Amino acid sequence: MSAARKLVVPIVGIGLLVALIGLPAQADNKGMEILEARCSGCHDLKGPAPATLKELWARKGPDLFYAGNKYKRAWLESWLQKPKRIRPAGYFYVDHIKPTEDGDVIDKSTLKPHMALSAEEAHDVAEALMSLKANSHLITKGEYKPGKISLTMGEMRFDKFRGCMACHEIEPGYGGLSGPEVYTVARRLQEDFMMSYMRDPQAWDPKIFMPNMHLREGDLEKFVHYFRALSEEDFE
Amino acid sequence: MKVKLTKSATPLVTIMLALFPALAVVAGEKAEDNYRTYCWQCHGMNGDGNGINVRDMSVQPRDHTYGKEMASRSDDELFMAIKEGGPAVNKSVLMPHWDGIFSDEEIRDLVRYLRQRCQCEHGKY
Ligand code: HEC
Ligand code: HEC
Ligand code: HEC
Repeated sequence: MSAARKLVVPIVGIGLLVALIGLPAQADNKGMEILEARCSGCHDLKGPAPATLKELWARKGPDLFYAGNKYKRAWLESWLQKPKRIRPAGYFYVDHIKPTEDGDVIDKSTLKPHMALSAEEAHDVAEALMSLKANSHLITKGEYKPGKISLTMGEMRFDKFRGCMACHEIEPGYGGLSGPEVYTVARRLQEDFMMSYMRDPQAWDPKIFMPNMHLREGDLEKFVHYFRALSEEDFE
Repeated sequence: MKVKLTKSATPLVTIMLALFPALAVVAGEKAEDNYRTYCWQCHGMNGDGNGINVRDMSVQPRDHTYGKEMASRSDDELFMAIKEGGPAVNKSVLMPHWDGIFSDEEIRDLVRYLRQRCQCEHGKY
């Protein structure tokens, strides 16, 4: 009896101590628990990215193991509460198209809405996602220096000079459909990430179907200026 | 003797693959699989140039099943177009370079695959 009580006191004490030390990291842990329980079936939280087509085809959603080097935190938190489609033809377009007399079209019946989180969950998950920082060696912090380009000049580069518009929409309903829309990309992604990704998409994702576009270093920054200008437009 | 050699080589190959996973990829992907993953977006599921991306493209992707036109290109030209993009063969920038993803061997396989699709050879249709 007294022996048991002697044991209980220190256990409770240690428990309290652990709880106290654990407090600052709690949001992180809650977020991480949600990620592992509800998201890891579709999103890779550990890496590495697919190295073969078989692995690429099996992937169900964007890799999140370098989320902290890729996304803007504020955007994560709000998108997770009110997710809106980013890639018109779904994550892997091949799974969501069908041939018709007039050429291939998106098979909308195969596109499912993304699950939404409560404000509190989104806060915790965003926190946890920002702690996932693989591939830091591909990022040069502060590489992007803010600047300006007119929408007309930006579009000229994105469409005529470099052919990017073949795969990316520059406004709802205008542009290519296999890649993510770029009119929201500057709200979603960190500038230094965009620079690095455009320089060499395969360094991040060896089998992704955006080819290395062999951009000149000076082009990278101008594209980010353009995306930032686009993100200030109101297309809703 | 031969059998013995092969058998004893198996664990060695396994260890090599475990140590250097990249070796497993070196062999490359099948042309048909590469075409489906990377080319369908513009050239279409039927290879006839009607992919989901073409709506707002100012130059339409080549119809790879059109023998008459495909026969006017040499294998080297097709290789160059795939590896270094449209501008390398005086064509549109809308045809991108694929050298960042494919080995030369995979590109040669793709050229052979295109020849099956158009049922043509250079100058012969
Ligand atoms: C059924 C599979 C599935 C589940 C489960 C899922 N996701 Fe997703 N997720 C996707 C797909 C597919 C996309 C791409 C959506 C698009 O492009 O419109 C996506 C996109 C995202 C994005 C935007 C990433 C980007 O680069 O565009 C985030 C962030 C995200 N998911 C987080 C989560 C979180 C957090 C959870 C768990 C609470 C979760 N997802 C559960 C399939 C899933
Ligand atoms: C052949 C199609 C294709 C072309 C051409 C192309 N892209 Fe992409 N792009 C993609 C795909 C696919 C992704 C990756 C999507 C993902 O991770 O889900 C991507 C991703 C991006 C991203 C990151 C966006 C995001 O939401 O994750 C940027 C920025 C980008 N591309 C810019 C460009 C620029 C600039 C050009 C022209 C120089 C270009 N792209 C040409 C298909 C293309
Ligand atoms: C972003 C859209 C796009 C993608 C993706 C694409 N192509 Fe093209 N391709 C084009 C366009 C547009 C043309 C026509 C260029 C012209 O006529 O100026 C073309 C032309 C070609 C040509 C003909 C060149 C010539 O001499 O006429 C070949 C060969 C070719 N593509 C092969 C491929 C292969 C193989 C893939 C996949 C690895 C691929 N393309 C992916 C847009 C694309």
